[in-house]
Amino acid sequence: MRNRTKMLILLGLAVASILLYIFYELNGNYHYAFPRRLIKVLAMSLTGIAIAYSTVVFQTITHNRILTPSVMGLDALYMMVQTFIFYFFGSMSILVINAKYNFLLAVLAMVVFAVIFYRVLFKEGKRPIYFLLLVGMIVGTFLGSVTTFFQVLIDPNEFLNLQSKMFASFNNVNSDLVWLAAVVIIIAFIYGWRHMNQLDVMSLGRDTAINLGVPYDKLVQRMLILSSILIAVSTALVGPITFFGLIVSNLSYQFFKTYKHAVLIAGSCVMSVVALVGGQWMVEHIFKFDTTLSVIINFVGGVYFIYLLLKESRSAG
Amino acid sequence: MIQVKELSKYFGKKPVIQDVSVDVAPGRITSFIGPNGAGKSTLLSMVSRLLNADTGEVLLDKSDVRRWKSDDFAKRVSILKQSNYMNVRLTIRELVSFGRFPYSKGNLKPEDELKIDEAIQYMNLEDIQHNYLDELSGGQRQRAFIAMVIAQDTDYILLDEPLNNLDMKHSVQIMKILRKLVDELGKTVVIVLHDINFASVYSDHIVALKNGRVVKDGPTNDIINSDALKEIYDMDIPVQEQDGCRICVYFNS
Repeated sequence: MRNRTKMLILLGLAVASILLYIFYELNGNYHYAFPRRLIKVLAMSLTGIAIAYSTVVFQTITHNRILTPSVMGLDALYMMVQTFIFYFFGSMSILVINAKYNFLLAVLAMVVFAVIFYRVLFKEGKRPIYFLLLVGMIVGTFLGSVTTFFQVLIDPNEFLNLQSKMFASFNNVNSDLVWLAAVVIIIAFIYGWRHMNQLDVMSLGRDTAINLGVPYDKLVQRMLILSSILIAVSTALVGPITFFGLIVSNLSYQFFKTYKHAVLIAGSCVMSVVALVGGQWMVEHIFKFDTTLSVIINFVGGVYFIYLLLKESRSAG
Repeated sequence: MIQVKELSKYFGKKPVIQDVSVDVAPGRITSFIGPNGAGKSTLLSMVSRLLNADTGEVLLDKSDVRRWKSDDFAKRVSILKQSNYMNVRLTIRELVSFGRFPYSKGNLKPEDELKIDEAIQYMNLEDIQHNYLDELSGGQRQRAFIAMVIAQDTDYILLDEPLNNLDMKHSVQIMKILRKLVDELGKTVVIVLHDINFASVYSDHIVALKNGRVVKDGPTNDIINSDALKEIYDMDIPVQEQDGCRICVYFNS
């Protein structure tokens, strides 16, 4: 089966799941349910695309297919920002009630963190990428511990409110935020598109990439910041989804068997739309809201992650 | 012309290259030889801007290599390192196509395809061009990488120990191809070699390094003699002449 055919099948599936989600049991309710479902589909597609793109880019840069950008501690930072807001200002503060302020604050915190982090660590330009990852993991763990500490101290009623921020949820996405996120993601994509072919060369390793005229070190830094911005936007929009990027990127590698990032990224983006929209439809109509999508994703993703680890260790041994 | 001027490099406090100045003349094979840890690979990495020098400069056509635009530089100088690990699965032809990246930016034009065909033919890889790299023997793999560098079509080709892990037959095959590149296509080859007999038989010019400094720099015949080799390797190496080639018999010295 050629890659074009595969892509068409995936696109068909994506369109089918979107139509199913929007029109299933709509019963002619075009005033209330229709626009709400539209916004949700848009939110899910944007999140899926942002996560898929940033994960593939991150994995190419780190030359490792079982890492996700969340090892850099952005999810942890998001949780810390939310916890601090609830702890210091309470759930009735403007920063919680006004979703736009909350979104902007969270995105800003994550992007500033990422930029400072990468600038400082890359300043000398000598450090290997794994040093960066290790520092990221340690910082992430530290932020996680600080967050837990404040969550223990927080008023139990406030904590219940905070919990709604801890898991990704598409059930009540703010429509203004969706448009804001859409603008950021589209700009990021236009920027990233110009570097699509350079990513192919980067997957050949640093030496070969520099030999072929790709400014490797500069590009690593820019791509890391780009993927952080995308992760920040999607996390602030719906909440942290740890395993999702890992699933779609690896499915895309297995499905398309190519080195071309244009295909891999497009494939993983379409797959994430299918998974999120189709998954949310199942949550709403089959599980009757008994569970949330992120629980399913973390479950399926965890199982798939173990499978990948076993597979990698077998091929290495 | 590539000129290395008073180049130094430290790893921590340890000097790896100290005050090295070398000129690489065009249209010739220049070999870098010397004991392990002499800094040959480091020097080559700095010439090809894989590594930044601490002091000194490398000039290509009188302009610092760090001031060249990356893709313009990639059209003039190519480098092949000894280990080429990658985590993507490619066929030989796909790998060779990457050699055109400085020109095509990933969208191959008909003239790029032509260059790719030529490079594959040059390395005798037509029959296996659609095989995957991980299915190849060491010699075939090395030839595939050299084909990529040929497709890159640069004036200068730098190779870091290309004969590593190759048997005699494949080593000779690769050295003959490099000789042909210089004699027929007018390329300039700079090569790091461990086997001084390959350096003696195939190169025009030899630069010998020891402890991060240049100890000898001259035409091949000035270097391949017992006195000079003693200075480089601290070994008494008899040199014998065989059909016009100087062979160093270092095995029991």
